[in-house]
Order: sequence, then C-alpha cells, then structure tokens
Amino acid sequence: MAGGQGWLNVLLRSREGSLVLLIAVMTVLTTSLNPRFISPQSLKDLMLNVSIIALLVLGQTVIILMRQIDLSISSIVGITAFLSGSLFINHPGIPGMVVVLIAILAGLLLGAVNATLIAWGRIPALITTLGTLYIFRGANYAWVHGRQVNAVNVPASFLAIGTSTFAGIPFLTWIVLVLLVVFAIGLRQYMVGREFYAIGSNPNAAVLAGINVSRRLATGFLVSGAIAGLAGALWLARFGTVDATAAEGIELTVITSTVVGGVAITGGVGTVVGAVLGALLLSVFSSTLVFLRVPSFWQQSFQGAMLLLAIAADAYLAHRYALRLRVKWSHV
Amino acid sequence: MLAVLVLIAIVGGMLLNKDFPTVDNWSNLLANFVEIALMALPLSLIVITNEIDLSVASMLGLSSSLLGFLWAYKLAMPLAIVICLVVGALCGALNGFLVVRFRLPSLAVTIGTLALFRGFAYIILGDKAVADFPPEYAEFGLGNVPFTFIPSPFVLFIVLALIFWVLLHHTTVGRSIYAIGGNQTAARFSGVNISRLKMLLFIASGVISALAGIVFTFRFSSSRADNGTGFELSAIAAVFLGGVTVQGGKGTVTGVVLSLLLIGIINNVLTLADVASEILRIVTGSLLIISILLPNLIAATQERFRLMQRQREITTLGGASAAK
Repeated sequence: MAGGQGWLNVLLRSREGSLVLLIAVMTVLTTSLNPRFISPQSLKDLMLNVSIIALLVLGQTVIILMRQIDLSISSIVGITAFLSGSLFINHPGIPGMVVVLIAILAGLLLGAVNATLIAWGRIPALITTLGTLYIFRGANYAWVHGRQVNAVNVPASFLAIGTSTFAGIPFLTWIVLVLLVVFAIGLRQYMVGREFYAIGSNPNAAVLAGINVSRRLATGFLVSGAIAGLAGALWLARFGTVDATAAEGIELTVITSTVVGGVAITGGVGTVVGAVLGALLLSVFSSTLVFLRVPSFWQQSFQGAMLLLAIAADAYLAHRYALRLRVKWSHV
Repeated sequence: MLAVLVLIAIVGGMLLNKDFPTVDNWSNLLANFVEIALMALPLSLIVITNEIDLSVASMLGLSSSLLGFLWAYKLAMPLAIVICLVVGALCGALNGFLVVRFRLPSLAVTIGTLALFRGFAYIILGDKAVADFPPEYAEFGLGNVPFTFIPSPFVLFIVLALIFWVLLHHTTVGRSIYAIGGNQTAARFSGVNISRLKMLLFIASGVISALAGIVFTFRFSSSRADNGTGFELSAIAAVFLGGVTVQGGKGTVTGVVLSLLLIGIINNVLTLADVASEILRIVTGSLLIISILLPNLIAATQERFRLMQRQREITTLGGASAAK
C-alpha cells in the first residue's frame, strides 16, 4: 500500500511522469468511446503529426531554458520548405540528402540573423523574433509569389521519408527520436547544456561564473534556426504540397508544447524529454477532439487555455518550492 | 527627431507621388491606421510599466466577430456595441488578473490569450462572415467628419489620444506609471498601488481593442474571425518607434502619435507606389527591430567613446607621474 503510494507520488512529482499519466488516461478514455483511436493507422498518423512539432520543440527548449523566446521558427520552416521544393524543381536529380543539408544551412543562416540582433544588437528576443517572424514570412510571400510546390515535383524517394516506416515507427519519428537523445544527453551531460540552464536560472550569476552569455544566446538561436531548417525539408517530405502559407502559426503550438512539457517560461527549468511529451500530449488531445467530433474551430482556444494553465502551474510549483526551502532553512 | 522624420516622409511622399498630398488620400491614410493607433495608446502605457500585451489584435478579432454574431441575431446595435466593449473589458481583466494576482510574466500570459481570444472568435463565427450592417453605421466607418477630410473614426483616436496625453503627463496616475517602469520596488515603497494600476491598464487595453474591433467592422462592413490578424506587430512597432523603451519607464504620448503617423505615411506611400502587402510586412518588421537597434548602437558607441577618453586620461596621468 505504502509502496503503491510512493510509486504514484514519484510519478506525479516529476513533470514527465504526470505527462505520461495524462496521455495514458486520455488515450484510454478516447479509446473506450471510439476503439479506432488506437488502430495502427491512427497511431501512425498521430506519430507523423507530432514529429515535426516535436522536432521544433527541441530547439525551442534550448531557447526557453535561457529565458528567451523564438517566435520566428514557423517562418523559417515556411521558407526552407519552399526552398527544398524549388531545389527539386530547378535541379532535377539532386540527391535528397543535399537538399536537406541546404535547408539546414538556410535555417542556420536565418537563425544567425536572430542571433546577431539578440546577442550583439542587445534587442530582446521577443521583439527581434516578432520582427523576423513577419520579415521572413513577408520575404517568403514575395519570393513564392503565388506559386506552389506539388507532390509530383518531389521525387518519390524523398516523399518516402514522410510516409515509410521502420520497425513499425515512421521514419520521420525515428529522426526526432535520435535528435531527442542527442539533445537530452547534450543538455544533461555537457558543459554547453549546463550553461543554458545557468543563464536561464540567473543571468547575472552566469556572467559572474565566467559564462560567455552572448555567445551562448547566439548558439541557442543558431540551433533553433538549423532545427527549423531541417523541419522545413521534412515538412515538404511529409505534406508534398508547399505554398507561401506553409507552417503559418505553428510557433504557438511549439511554444505551448514546450511550456506544457515543463520548460518554465521563466527559464532554467525543464527537460527536452518533458517538452517532447508535451508535444505528444497536445497532439493526442487534438486528435481526441477530432474523434469526439468537436469542431476544429475549438482547437486554438484549447491551446491557449493549456498554455495559460501550464504557466500558472509552473508558477505555483516554483512558489511552493520556494516556501519549502524557506522552511527547511528557517532554523539557520 | 521623430517630427523631422515625419516631415521627411511627407516631403518624400509629395516628391514620389502626385496623389500623395490630395485630400482624398490623406483621409484614406488616416482611416487606414485608426485601429492600430487606438490599440497603441493603452499599449504604450503598459510597455512603460514594463509589461506587454500581445493579445490586442485577438481582442479586436473577438470583438468584431461578436458584433457580427449579435447583429445576425437581431440584437439592437447600441446594445451589441456595449456588450462588445464589456467583453473587451473582461478579456483585459483576465490578462490583468493573471499578471497581477499570479505574478505571471505578461509576455507568456498574453501569448496564451492571443491564442485563446482568437480561438473564441473562431468558436463564435467559424469561417462565416457577417456583412449586412445597417447603412448609418457603415457610414460612420467610411465617412468623414462633415466639411473636413478627417475620417469619422479618427475623431475617436484624437479624443482618446488627448485623454491619454493628459493622463500620462499631467496627473499623478501618469507619474505612478513612470515610477513603476523606472523602479517597481521604489514605486511600491512610495505608496503606488501597482496591482490596481496594472489591472486598470490591461482593462483599458481590452476595452480600446474592442472599440478598434467595432471600428474595423464598420469600416469594412465585415465581421470575420480572422479580422486584424497580425495587427499586434504594427501596434508594438509604433510603441517602440515612438521612443518607449524596452526597459520601461520612458516614453511620451506625442512620440507614439508621431511614430503612428510615420508608419501610416510610409504604408500609404508604398501602397500608392503599388508595393505588395508582403513588402509592407517586411518594412513594419524592420521598423520594429531598427527602432530598438539604433538607440542601442548609439548608446554602445557613446559608451566606447567614454571608455576611450578615460583610457587617454589615465595614460596622460600615468605619463605625468612617470616624468616626475
């Protein structure tokens, strides 16, 4: 009995644990109402839907850990998705790998614009990336000019990245899983990773500890840009059709996922595993709504409400933790 | 300096396009940025207290959708307008409540409510549109004040700008707003009721955004859930370009009004020159970034200059003592 309680406590104590529990409960409930929810096809759809968001969540986690924000990712995804498509159209026979690399490079370049303005121009990340969100999207509209990339323009072997599976799991999801492991280890075990946490927990202390904050901020926005570039190439592989509006507005989903996943908007707290679970929870939740025949117009307000709840929960937990610390040290 | 920029923009506009100085064009120019101008007024006060409200455009969309919805259900127009303003106040109160009571960062809260309020707009109207508004209200949206080129909705802005100017620069409330932005702790110890003031500012932002939504609806005789999407960019750009600093505590209503005029003229000149709307987005985004980058660069250069001068003083002093 006591053991059982301890087990539940541990599960609820950690954000990852409670997220897994929430996802499980939601899956069981929806399945009991509609058994097709866990059919292989809908599970595959679910994994595909969450993959690109989860990928972007990795980059956003690094940013939010440093108490920053990157709103421009959706525009970077849009540009690099169309770039990938136009590469296939203008250079028939170009290897898919080269296209992916060029997309990552383009993302890195756009990330460098953010990085320069934020780390050396000393403009707050919110203002910079709000500006570049519109600048990059505007540039995309001007460049695309009403054109469209269609699935027929893209080689079947490239589209297969977005549809084929390996060991029952979509290839796209494998890419995310591998990167998730890399990010999890990098943030946990390596100097760079710990510095991201240090900057977010206390920027002044980080400077005094000898961390080059500007350089780390730049690293973060470069990583976020490169990830968004990769996501752009994969967006083309997943959907086949790309126009100027591709990925518009997904920055909200990505930020909500990250924060719901336990990465505190006030910086310094959270893990990539939690953040990706947050993306999974949001995705399960939105397909639950679809299965329950809730009109799609409701999605956005649910997302906003979840973001508000997550911020409030984080603030409450931080407050309780601070109180506990005060009690613990009150005898000193 | 902003006044000079506005003058340069006006002269440039006259040189570039013969249609620019016409009365019709100016009436157009003023009408086209009235919603953004309205939202920028309370927003600049919020930014001076070192908070931000990103949800303004979503509150505009919600109010516009609600107005169409209520009108389609045959509610009397004055009542529908009052309901929209009340809902705007409630939206602002929700922002204020989360920021003040739970001490949550306003940036995160208003990103959340940006999605939430826009979501409500979609719940109310879906992808439908309401267009059959009564002619006398559409006339208010489109017409000018009799015998002038000033668009009727622009009168609302003039009145509100005067109210905000008096409030910020000639009342204790205004001094308190600056005090909060300058040093929140010091303001608290000087007896400023920070929570109440911030709450009121967020509510004002809600009401005025709702008003902007009503104006938008009548101006275009159209109520849609996606009305005004992305307007927060222009409003925020106007606030920062107007000299309100990111660190809070600084900024004037006159500055914001001038920067609104500047943005309005630039947009107008570019539109007259048949520049596509996507380029306008790039221009507005760049203005936002430049408005903060430029002062930062100037400050950095001054700092470097001061350091160099100090270094020179030290070396001359060192040289003098060595000569002894």
